[in-house]
Amino acid sequence: MSLVELTDIHKSFGSVEVLKGISMTMEQGEIVAIIGRSGSGKSTLLRCINGLESVQSGRIQVAGIEATKPGADLNALRQRAGMVFQSYNLFPHLSVERNVMLALRLVQKMSVDEARELAHAMVAKVGLAEKLAAYPDELSGGQQQRVAIARSLAMQPTLMLFDEITSALDPELVGEVLKVLEGVAREGMTMMLVTHEMNFAKNVADRVIFMHEGRIHEDGPARETLLEPRTEELRSFLSAVLH
Amino acid sequence: MIREFSLNDLVFMLEALRWTVGLAIIATIGGGALGIIVAVLRVVAFKPANWLAIGYINLVQGTPLLGQLFVFFFGLPLFGIQVDAWVAASLSLSIYASAFFGEIWRGSLQSVSQRQWEAGAALGLNYWQRLTHVVLPQALRISIAPTVGFLVQLVKNTSLAALIGFIELTRASQIITAATFAPLPVYTTAAALYFIICFSLSQFSQRLERRFHVTR
Repeated sequence: MSLVELTDIHKSFGSVEVLKGISMTMEQGEIVAIIGRSGSGKSTLLRCINGLESVQSGRIQVAGIEATKPGADLNALRQRAGMVFQSYNLFPHLSVERNVMLALRLVQKMSVDEARELAHAMVAKVGLAEKLAAYPDELSGGQQQRVAIARSLAMQPTLMLFDEITSALDPELVGEVLKVLEGVAREGMTMMLVTHEMNFAKNVADRVIFMHEGRIHEDGPARETLLEPRTEELRSFLSAVLH
Repeated sequence: MIREFSLNDLVFMLEALRWTVGLAIIATIGGGALGIIVAVLRVVAFKPANWLAIGYINLVQGTPLLGQLFVFFFGLPLFGIQVDAWVAASLSLSIYASAFFGEIWRGSLQSVSQRQWEAGAALGLNYWQRLTHVVLPQALRISIAPTVGFLVQLVKNTSLAALIGFIELTRASQIITAATFAPLPVYTTAAALYFIICFSLSQFSQRLERRFHVTR
C-alpha cells in the first residue's frame, strides 16, 4: 500500500468542477511538487488530501486512513499529514512557543515540559530560538511561515503538505523559507508541495506533477519533466512562469 | 421651603448612584445571559432559529428603550401582572442589552477568520478544541471594546428608569432640584458621577485590550 492513494477524485464547487478525475499514488520518502496555473486545482487537491475539502466521488487513502469513508477519523489523518498554508495562519493570540505547544498538549496529550522541550527544539530548527516569546505580529512574514513549519513538524507527521507557502511573502523573504524547506527535505520527510518556485521544484523535488484544467496533465521525474516537457500545455506554462 | 444644595444631598445622590450601578449590573448579567442565547440562535444552522433571533434583534433595537420600559411598567398590570419599578426596569434593560450583546458577540465570533478554524483542523484539533482554544479566545479579545462601549451606553440609559419612578441617580437629582431650585450644581454633579463610572469602564477596557494583545 502506498502512503497516499488517490483514485478518480472528483471535486466541484457549486457547478464548477475543479478536480476532474485525479488518480495518483505517492510513496514514503518522495518529494512531489505540484505545479500549474492558478485555478488548475492544485491547492484544492492538497486540501482534499487532508480532508479540509470533501470530494464528490473517488477514494482517498492517506497513511492507512481512508479519508473518503463516511465517519473517517479526519483528526487522526491530519496528525499524520501536516499542512502549512500560504497565509501562515499562526494563532495571533499565542506566543511562538505556545503556537507550537498547543496541538502537542491538546492532541498528543504531552505534558507541559515535554511539549515545551519539543517546541523549543523545533523552533530552533527553523532558526528562531530567540523568538520563542514573540507574538506572530512581531515577526516578519518569513519568520511567521518558519514558525508555521515548526508547528506542523512538531506533530511528527508522516507526510507534509505545503500549499504555496512562499506565495504571500516579500521576494527577499522567500529564500529563508525555502532554505528551511530544503532542510526538512534533507531529513527525509515525505513532502507534497504546491509551488511556483520552479528552481526549487527542479532541485529539491523527486517528481513533478503538472495540473491543467482539473486533471494531471504530466507526471514524471522533476528534472526531466521541467527541462523536457512532453506536452504543449506544460511548455507554454513553463515559458510563462520562467519569464 | 427652598434650601441650599448641601452635603446631605450629595450623600443622597451617592446612595441613588448605587441603584444606577445595581441596575446596570443586573442588566449586564441578564442581558449577557440572554445575549449568548441570541448570538447562538443567530448563527446555528437552522433557519427558523436565525429568523427568530433576527426578528427579536430588530424589534428590540428598532424601538425606543423608553417605550420598552413603559410596556413593562404600564403594560403588564393590564394583564393583571403587578410589577414594581425595579422589576420593570431590570426586565426591559436586560432585554434591551441582550439584543445588542447578541449582535456584538456574533460579530466578534464571525470576525475570526475561517483560516484560523482550518489551521486548528490541520493540526488535528477537534471541533470543540478549535472553538475553545483557537476561535473563542480571539473572539473574546475582539469583543472587549464593543462590549464595554455598549456597557457605557447601558449605564447612561439606566437614567430612563427615572421616568417610571425608579430612584436612581437621575431621579434623585430631580428630587433634589425640586427642593433646592439649583439645577445647575445638581445636574453637573450627576453628570460628573456618570462620567466617573463610564470613564473608568473605558479605561478598564483599554487596559484589558492591552493585556490580551487584542491587535495580535
